[in-house]
Amino acid sequence: MEIKDMALLVVLLPLVGAFINGVFCWKVGKKAHLIAVPAIAIPAVIALKLAYMVVNGLRFDDVVYWWITVGNTKIPIGFRLDELSTVMVVTVTFVATWIHIYSIGYMHEETDRGYAKYFSYLNLFCFFMLTLVLANNYVLLFVGWEGVGLCSYLLIGYWYEKTSAANAGLKAFITNRVGDFGFLIGLFVLYKVTGSLIYKDVIEKANLLTPEVATIVGLLLFSGATGKSAQIPLYVWLPDAMEGPTPVSALIHAATMVTAGVYMTARSSVIYSMAPIALDVIAVVGVATAMFAASMALVNNDLKRILAYSTVSQLGYMFVGVGVGAYSAGIFHLFTHAFFKGLLFLCSGSVMHALHGELDIQKMGGLYDKMKITALTFIVGALAIAGIPPLAGFWSKDSILHHAYVSGHRGIWLVGTITAGMTAFYMFRLIFLTFFGKPRDKHLVEHAHESPLIMTIPLIVLAIGSILVGFAAILPNGGFEGFVNKALVLREVGGHHEEEASFLIILSVVVALIGIGIAYSMYIKFAPDPRRLSQTLRPLYLLLYNKYYVDEIYFALFINPTVEISRWALWKFVDVMIIDGIVNGVANFFGVVSSVVRRIQTGYIPDYGWLVIIGVILICGIKLIF
Amino acid sequence: MMEYPIISLLLVIPLFGAIIVALIDGKNEKAIRWFALSVSLVEFVVSIPLYFYFDPNKGFQFVEKYPWIKSWGAWYHVGIDGISLFLVLLTTFLTTLSILASWTIEKRVKEYMIAFLFLETTMIGVFVALDFLLFYLFWELLLIPMFLLIGVWGGPRRVYAAIKFFLYTMAGSVLMLGAIIYLYWNHYKLTGDLSFDIFDIYRTSLPPSVIPYLFFAFAVSFAIKVPMWPFHTWLPDAHVEAPTAGSVILAGILLKMGTYGFMRFCMPLFPQAVGEYSYLFLTLSVIGIIYGALVALVQEDIKKLVAYSSVSHLGTCMLGLFALTPESVSGSLLQMINHGISTGALFLLVGMIYDRRHTRLISEYGGIAKVMPIYATFFSITAFSSCGLPGLNGFIGEFLTLLGTFKVYPLFAILGATATVFSAAYLLWMYKRVFFHEITNPENLKLKDLDFREILIMLAIVTPMFWIGLYPKPFLDKMEPAVNTFIESVKSAKNTFVVDKVVYNLEK
Repeated sequence: MEIKDMALLVVLLPLVGAFINGVFCWKVGKKAHLIAVPAIAIPAVIALKLAYMVVNGLRFDDVVYWWITVGNTKIPIGFRLDELSTVMVVTVTFVATWIHIYSIGYMHEETDRGYAKYFSYLNLFCFFMLTLVLANNYVLLFVGWEGVGLCSYLLIGYWYEKTSAANAGLKAFITNRVGDFGFLIGLFVLYKVTGSLIYKDVIEKANLLTPEVATIVGLLLFSGATGKSAQIPLYVWLPDAMEGPTPVSALIHAATMVTAGVYMTARSSVIYSMAPIALDVIAVVGVATAMFAASMALVNNDLKRILAYSTVSQLGYMFVGVGVGAYSAGIFHLFTHAFFKGLLFLCSGSVMHALHGELDIQKMGGLYDKMKITALTFIVGALAIAGIPPLAGFWSKDSILHHAYVSGHRGIWLVGTITAGMTAFYMFRLIFLTFFGKPRDKHLVEHAHESPLIMTIPLIVLAIGSILVGFAAILPNGGFEGFVNKALVLREVGGHHEEEASFLIILSVVVALIGIGIAYSMYIKFAPDPRRLSQTLRPLYLLLYNKYYVDEIYFALFINPTVEISRWALWKFVDVMIIDGIVNGVANFFGVVSSVVRRIQTGYIPDYGWLVIIGVILICGIKLIF
Repeated sequence: MMEYPIISLLLVIPLFGAIIVALIDGKNEKAIRWFALSVSLVEFVVSIPLYFYFDPNKGFQFVEKYPWIKSWGAWYHVGIDGISLFLVLLTTFLTTLSILASWTIEKRVKEYMIAFLFLETTMIGVFVALDFLLFYLFWELLLIPMFLLIGVWGGPRRVYAAIKFFLYTMAGSVLMLGAIIYLYWNHYKLTGDLSFDIFDIYRTSLPPSVIPYLFFAFAVSFAIKVPMWPFHTWLPDAHVEAPTAGSVILAGILLKMGTYGFMRFCMPLFPQAVGEYSYLFLTLSVIGIIYGALVALVQEDIKKLVAYSSVSHLGTCMLGLFALTPESVSGSLLQMINHGISTGALFLLVGMIYDRRHTRLISEYGGIAKVMPIYATFFSITAFSSCGLPGLNGFIGEFLTLLGTFKVYPLFAILGATATVFSAAYLLWMYKRVFFHEITNPENLKLKDLDFREILIMLAIVTPMFWIGLYPKPFLDKMEPAVNTFIESVKSAKNTFVVDKVVYNLEK
C-alpha cells in the first residue's frame, strides 16, 4: 500500500464509521461500537506502521486533490507526514481507541439512538482531529480545527435537555470562534505576504516575513490557540465543557483537541522563530494560565472541573515550552499529558459510574476499598501529572522548566515550578478526598462498585502508558525531542548552556513532594475541618471558588452589552424607528398629500371646467412672461 | 455548442406550464400540484446542459439575438456567461424545491402555481437578458407574481409587507429606468443608432459629469434589491409575511438580482464611479455585515432572524465585489449561490415547523430535538453551512471573499470577518433555544418529524452544501474567466466582452 493511501485510510476510516453510525443510528443501536471501534483501531495500527516508516527516515507531503483554486490562490486537500504529525497521529489514534473501548461500558445505559449518535460523533471527531494534524496547509488544518470544535459542541451538548449542557456547548463554540477570528486574520496576513498557505511554501518563503509581520502573524495565530487550547483570556469554555460525557472530556477536552493549539504553534515554528516577541507573549500567557487555572483547582469540589482546570494549567505548560522556543518540549508534554490526563478523566468517569453521576468530592471518601483498580490507576495518573520520577509527566514537565531556565526565562521558570507544587497539591487533595478517609456520604459510597473490565482495561493500559512513555526522552538520537525537532524550523541559539540541570530536577521533585505532603497533612493526617480553613481565608477562598468572577465579568462587559445594544439601539431604534420611520414617513407623506389633492377631483363637470380655465390662463401667462 | 435554443426554452417552459395550469380545473388540486412540479422539474433538467456545454473561456454563450421592437432598437438578446450561469441553475433548482415545499398550500392552489411558474420565467429572464429593455421588462414583471405571492398567500400583515416590498423596489426601478433611458438616448446621440443592446451601450462613452448620477441611479435600485444597509427594511417584513416558498425565492434568487445587477450593469458601465465611490460601498457593506448580524442576534421570530442574516451575508457578497480581486469576486459570486442554498434551506426548515405549529417565535419552542431528530439534524447542518463551517459551502465563499478583500482593503476584511463570530452566535443561540433544553411547551410534545417529501427536499438542498464545501472546483472553474473579465472591465475602464466567439471590441 502506498503511503498516501495509508494516510487517507487513517483519516477516512473514522469518517466512514461516523457516517454509518450517524445515518443508520436507528438500525445499529447498541451495536454501534462494532463499527466505531474498528474505525479508529485500524487507523491506530496503520499509524504505528507509518510511525515506524517515519522513524526510518520517511517524509511525505502530497496533494490528494486541489480544493480551492482561484487566480493565484491554490489550496489543496493534501497530507504532510513528518516527525511532528506522526507523533500526533499516533497519540490521537492510540488514546482514542482506548477511549472508544471504554465508552462501550460507560455509555451502555443510553438509548439505542443516543448510543449510536455518540459513537458517530466520536468517530467524526477523530476524522477531524486527524485531518487537523495531517493537513499540509493551514486552510485544511482550519477545516479540522473547526471540525473538532463542531464535534466538541455536539458532544458537550450530548445531554442537550440539560440546560447547563446546552449552554456549555454554545459557549464553547462561540468562544472558539472568537479565537478563530484572529486565526483567520492571521492566515490572511500570512497569505498576503507569502502568497501561499501550504506549509512547504511558507517555510520556503519565510524570508519574506519581516520580524514585525512575523510577530503579528504569530500573535494572531496564537489567538486561535487561546480559544482552542483554553488559554487566558479564552479558557472559560473548558471548565463548562465538562457537561459532556466523561470519555469525551478525556478524549476531546484533555488528550487531543485542546492540544491542537500547541500543535499548530509548533507547526508554525518557522514563523515563531522569527518572532521572539510573539514567543515571549506565548510563554507569559502560558505560565500565567498555568498558575491561574491551578489556583482555581485548589478549592474546587467538582471532580471533573478540578481535572478541567488542571488541563488548562497543563496546556499552559505546553505553551511555556513553545514560548521559550522549545517546541518539542511542548509537544513532548502534549504527548505524555494525553496519557495521564486521559487516564485521570477515565478514572473520574469510573468513579461517576460507581456513584451514579455524583461529582462532589466533599461527599466522597473511602472509595479505595470499593474500587481498587480505579484508585490505583488514578494514583498513577496523579503521580505522573505531579512530576514524580520516573513517570511520564516528570520527564516532559521537567524538560519544559529546564528549557525555560536555561533560555533565561527565570521568572517563568519560577512560576512554573511553584505551579508544579500546586498541581501536586490539588491532585492529591482530590485523591485523599475521593479515595481515602471516611466516606462523608455513607449512603452514596455504600453501593459503589468497581467498573466492568471493558472500562478498567483501558485504565490499566493508559496507566502503563503514563508510567512508560516518559522514557521516550532518553531514546537514542536525541530522544523524543530530537525526533520532533527534525520537523521544526528552529532559531539558531548560540552557545548552548547545559548548566545546573541536576539541581533543577531535584528542585522540581522536591516541590512536588511538598505539594503532596501538604495535601496529606491537610486531608489525611490532621484533617482540619475544611470549612474552618475556608473561613479564615474567606476573601481569597471566595475569589478562587467563584473562579475570579471571570464569567460574570465577560457577561457584563461583552455579552450583555452586545445583546442589549443590538436589541434597543440597533433594532428597535435605528431599524424600526429611524429607517422604517423614514420609509413609512415618506409613504404617509404621499398619502396625506394625495388625500388633499384628491379633493380637487370632485367629479363635477363645472369644477373641472374652472380648473381647465385656470390652467389655460396659467399656461398663457407663463408663455407671455417668458 | 448546442443547436437548440436552450435559453428560449427555459423562458418558455414555465410560461406554458402556467398557461396549462390555468386551463386545469381549479378543484383538481392534486393534478395542479403534480403538474406544476413536473414543469419545474423539466425546467431544471433542461437547464442542466447549460453547465456541461458551457465553455468558460468563450464569454457569452447560448446567445440568441432577434429583433424585437425594431423601430426602437430593442432586441430579444439573451445569453449566459460565467456570472449568470449559476444564477440560472440556482433559479431552476430552487424553484423545483419551492414548488415541492408548497404542497401544504391549501388556498387557491391554481393561482399560486400560475404565479410561481410565471415568476420562474421572469427570474430567468432577468439573468439572461442582454438587452436593457428586455432586462427591465423582466425586472418589473417579476414584481407582479412576487407581490401576489406575499399579498395573497402571506401571513397576517401580508398586505403591508407586499405593498412595502412593491413600493421600495419600484422606487429603485424608477431611478434605473431613467438612467436606462438616458443611456439609450446618449447612445443614439453619439452613434445615430437606436439600440437597447447592452453591448452597444457598454461601448458608448458617457459625459463624465453625468456618470455619478447614472451610477447612483443604478446603484440605489440594485442596493434596494440586495438589500444593502440602509435600504434593507423591506426585507424582514417581506420575509416574515411571505409564504415559505416565497421566502426561499426571495432570499435565494431575488436578492441575487441586486448583486447580479451590480456585476452586470452598474459596475462595468461606470467603472470610473466605482473607483470614486468604492469606499462608500465597502463601508455600507461592512455596516450591513455587522448590523445585520447583530440585529439577527436579538430577533424573537426565527424567520426574521434568517431575514436579517441575509442582510449580513449579502454584505459579504458586496464587499467582495467592490474589493475587485479574483479571489474576492469569485468568493462573492460563490457566496451568492451559497446564500441561495443555505438561506433557502433555512427558510424551508422554518416553513416546515411553521406548518406544524403555526408560530415562528423562538420562545414557543425548546427541546424539539427530542421529538424531531431528523429535522434537528438537517437544521444543524444548514445552520453550520450558513455560519461558514469549513467543509461546507459557506466557508469557501466567505473565506475567498475575505482573503481577496484583505489583499487590498485589510481593515474592511477584518471588520467583515467579525461575521464569523456573530453568525455562529445568532444561529447557534437560536438553535439552542429551539432544539435544546427540556420540552416545556406541551404543544411541542406531539410534533411529528419530517415526512418523506420533506426529507427529500432537505436531502436535495443539503447535497450541494457538501459538494461546494468539499469540491468547489467545478463551480470556481466555470466562473473564473468571467470574473476576470469583470474585474478587468471595471479596473481598466475598458470593456472587452466576448460574445460567443464574436468579439465586441469596445474601443471604437
